[in-house]
Formats: sequence, structure tokens, C-alpha cells
Amino acid sequence: MNYKAFSYDLRKDVLDMIVSGKGGHIGGDMSIMDTLITLYFRQMNISPENQNDPDRDYLIMSKGHCVEALYAVLAAKGFFPIEQVISEFSHFGSKFIGHPNNKLPGIEMNSGSLGHGLPVSVGIALGNRMDGRNNRTYVVMGDGELAEGSVWEGAMAASMYKLDNLCAVVDRNRLQISGGTEEVMAHDDLHERFCAFGWNVIDVADGNDSDQLNAAFEQAKTVRGRPTVVIANTVKGCGSPVMENKAAWHHHVPTQAEYDQIIADFAERKEAALHE
Amino acid sequence: MNKIPNRAAICEVLMEQAKTDKDIVVLCSDSRGSASLTPFANAYPKQFVEVGIAEQNLVSISAGLARTGKKVFCASPASFLSTRSYEQAKVDVAYSNTNVKLIGISGGISYGALGMSHHSAQDIAAMSAIPNMRVYLPSDRHQTRKLVEALLQDEQGAYIRVGRNPVEDIYTEESCPFVMDKATVLAEGTDVLLVACGEMVRPALEAARLLKNDDVSAAVLDMYCVKPLDTETLLQYAEQVKAVVTVEEHAPTGGLGSMVSQVVAANCPKKCVNLALPDAPVITGTSQEVFDYYGLNAEGIAKKAAEVLHG
Repeated sequence: MNYKAFSYDLRKDVLDMIVSGKGGHIGGDMSIMDTLITLYFRQMNISPENQNDPDRDYLIMSKGHCVEALYAVLAAKGFFPIEQVISEFSHFGSKFIGHPNNKLPGIEMNSGSLGHGLPVSVGIALGNRMDGRNNRTYVVMGDGELAEGSVWEGAMAASMYKLDNLCAVVDRNRLQISGGTEEVMAHDDLHERFCAFGWNVIDVADGNDSDQLNAAFEQAKTVRGRPTVVIANTVKGCGSPVMENKAAWHHHVPTQAEYDQIIADFAERKEAALHE
Repeated sequence: MNKIPNRAAICEVLMEQAKTDKDIVVLCSDSRGSASLTPFANAYPKQFVEVGIAEQNLVSISAGLARTGKKVFCASPASFLSTRSYEQAKVDVAYSNTNVKLIGISGGISYGALGMSHHSAQDIAAMSAIPNMRVYLPSDRHQTRKLVEALLQDEQGAYIRVGRNPVEDIYTEESCPFVMDKATVLAEGTDVLLVACGEMVRPALEAARLLKNDDVSAAVLDMYCVKPLDTETLLQYAEQVKAVVTVEEHAPTGGLGSMVSQVVAANCPKKCVNLALPDAPVITGTSQEVFDYYGLNAEGIAKKAAEVLHG
């Protein structure tokens, strides 16, 4: 499977959701898309058929505002029809709301308020280890989210409990709603900080490259006695120069002209990916 | 005088059930001693998780464990559990619908002289305002035991507040009528209805005896189930009396009194007076000294009931 080419199909789904729902967090959706594709299509043991199996792998979307990317990936996995998500997302009475909700299939926990996902994932990983299961728990966090103190409570506990069945991903796109992360609350020492908390730390140079991400997740599985964090260096708005690395696109809804240009950029990059 | 605090009754039940139910998991935030859960931690180390002084972590980790099928009880002082980890209770327990029983220990003004940081006079209001969160304040060790046994049978989140000190028994081991989410009728009466929860049930019952000496007939309800409030029993008794008096170890806003008044006003309007702690940091002292100062004792409740009826 050509994961890069595939990612542009799902990016288009996200774009259509946001236009339909007249809102969403497009920048982060685009930066985290390749992580979600890699986990759901190359790593995790999860499908609509085994979603209630206690041995399934778990994923917690701690940066819940990027639910559109998660919806696109879950729809592609067959949890619900993508046409339904696009037509109903954020509409009156819709079950496809702007943050993950576990009344939907494939979603483990409700999120939206930042800083909850890592401690919740510690509980899941701990519970599975108590039962002697060999499954893995993944948690996806944003870099801006790391200013929440509860993240570091969870980081301490994961290390203390030696949860090697837990793997966190930081979507290091370096932008948050007010601007650059280094101006808002700096995280440039992220690698050292997680190391100091006793974690195995893997830096992924291009966090929008599925092969690099996949190699990191493979490596994480070999580490014993410590949780792993994958710091995925990504591009916010990845997929089109119209939105790439622009803080304003944190939750911008594209105009028709912007939409047309982004669709053209996706098509061009997909074509290039198919010929790589 | 009974020497066993309600918190110890919780540990007893959990220890009995954990013998055969390996899905029971207990978590503490450096609070196992205060929660009387040290015996559980020692007897079932594989079913016990220490998270350190981190109440947000306590509740989120509990929710994650519950997601894997565990029956989770997490215990921390009510003051911290109900406010420091309020959002975790709201999102990770109630909203995500996880089977976590939040045990708020040393509730109300149990910590007496330690000051407002350690008092939980807001917990009923805060927890009751969360959809899908239940709130229970058992009155004695026997009722606490029945409540925990019932909570082990369901898979929904709940907040349970117990005090630090042993309280005199209201029920006995042989006679502790208990129906989940139904108030217990402690006295029948036709002049005034006293509705109380937690540690205020005992003085309310004694107040009814004092009132009887003055030929005032007082009904008493042990409303341990603050949410869902037993409105059926409440209205059945409220309809028979001239006035309703509520008593609680809580701030005057948003607690048992507010909820009872809402129901009475909407269904059988009559005078409804709420006895509670003040909307201010409480005076320094032991629990009993503080209760006495604010009239939250048998004499104070009886006096207020008489005033409401005759004033």
C-alpha cells in the first residue's frame, strides 16, 4: 500500500468534513494524519470485528480537537461510512461531534480537554498488564498540550510502573492557536525532558513520513521496562502550501478558493507519491 | 460509642469481595492510611495502585483501568478529589461512562481545624452538577457497607463521601433497611419533615426525639442518595407535613437543601428551610465544635424546626 498517496485521500475527507460542519481543527488534523494511518493500518490490532476484544490494541486521541483525522481513519477502517461523517459532522443532533465520543464505534474514551489522555492510557496499559495481555496502548498528544501539568503526572506514573506496553506520540508541529510553541510555552527540551522522566525517546525527523513512523513504532516494541514516546516532527497543515506552517489554520474553515487550491495541491502530491 | 469509621467499612467490604473478584482494583493518592485502605493494599498488592500525591492522575488512571474491565475504587480526601480532579471526574468518569467509584474520605469538615483547603463543603454541589454522576453520603458504617455492596453490582461511576471520624450507629448489623437509591425512613411524622444525609442524619434523628417531647411530630428521612434524589419518598412525606427542614454538612448552595427545595417547590409548595454550613470559611475547631457553633446538632435542628412551625 502507498501510505503517502492514501493519506491525501483521507486529507480530502477531513477537508470535506470541515467545510460541511463549518468548523474543525484542520492544521492539526493534517499534521497527525500520517501517525494515525501508520498506527491503524500498519501497527494496531484493531478493526470493527474485534473492537470489543480485550486483547485489541487501544488508541487514545488525547488531542481530541483533531477528531476529524481520527474519523477519516476510522471510516477507512470500516467503523462507519465516510459519506455519513462528511454529511453529518457537527450538524445539529449529529453523533459525529467536534471531539471524540465513545458512543461511536472505535473510540475508547471521550476527550477534548487536553492533558487527560496520557494518564488514562497509563490506566489502560496497567489494566492490560494486570490481565497478562500482550496488547499495546497508544496515546496521541499535541505539543501545545504538553503545558498541561497532568501530562507529567501521567509521565511519572508510566515510568514508575515500567509500562513498556505504552507508546505515546507527540505531534510536534511547533504551532498552537496563539502562535509558535516556543513563544507560548517552550518545549525544545522535549527529548531531554522525557528522558529525565525515565522514558525511551524516539525522534522521528519527518513525522509525516509513514515509513519513518513505522520504524519508530517497531523499535518501541523492542524496549523493555520503559514506556516510549515518539516525538514526531510534523508540519501543521501538511498537504498544501495554502495552510502549511500557518498558525491561523489551527481552526480556519477554507473559503471556496482556498478549498479548490488545497484539493489541487492534494491531487498533485498524491500523483507525485504514486510515482515515487 | 462505635469506634469504626465509615471508611473502614468500605475497606472491609472490598477485602471480602476481592477474595473472589480479581477485577476489583483500589487506587490511592498517598491516602491509603487516611482511607483505612492499608489492610487492602497489604492483602491484595496486585489489586492496589499507588499514584502518589496526584489526584488528577488518580482519577484518569482509574478511568483507564475501568476501560479494561476493572471495577475501580479510588480514594482520596474529598476536598481534593471533588475539586482538584473535578474535570477528570467529569470527562474521564462521567462523560466517558467508566466504572469508577470515587471515594471522598474525610469529607465535609472532618479535618476540623485544618482550614478551608481541607474542607469539602462544595462536593455535593460540584459532583451532582455532572450528568451521569451519582452522589451518595451514607450515614453510618452499616449503611456504608450496604451501599458499597450495591455499588459493586453496577458499572456506572459514582461519588461517595464519608467522614473521617467514627459516627454513632443509626442501624445495626441485623437491621439496616437498604434499597439502592431509595431514602430510608427513620421516623414517621405529620408536623415537620427532617431530611438529612451523611453525618447529619444522627442529629436529625435525635432532633425528632426532642421535638416529640414538645408534642411536635417529625418525620425523618435518611437521604443517603443525594443524586439520584429519591423524590418519590420525599414527596410522599413532604405532602403530609406543614414544613420541611433539610440538614447537611455542606455549603448552603447546591447541596441537599437546594435539591429538596427544588422538588418540594415544584410539587407540593410549602415552607422549606435549609440548615447547612455558612457561605464562608468555617470557624476553627473539631467537627463537633463546628457543628455545635452553627446549630448543626440535635438541639439546633429541633429549635429551627419549632421556629419554622410556630414562627
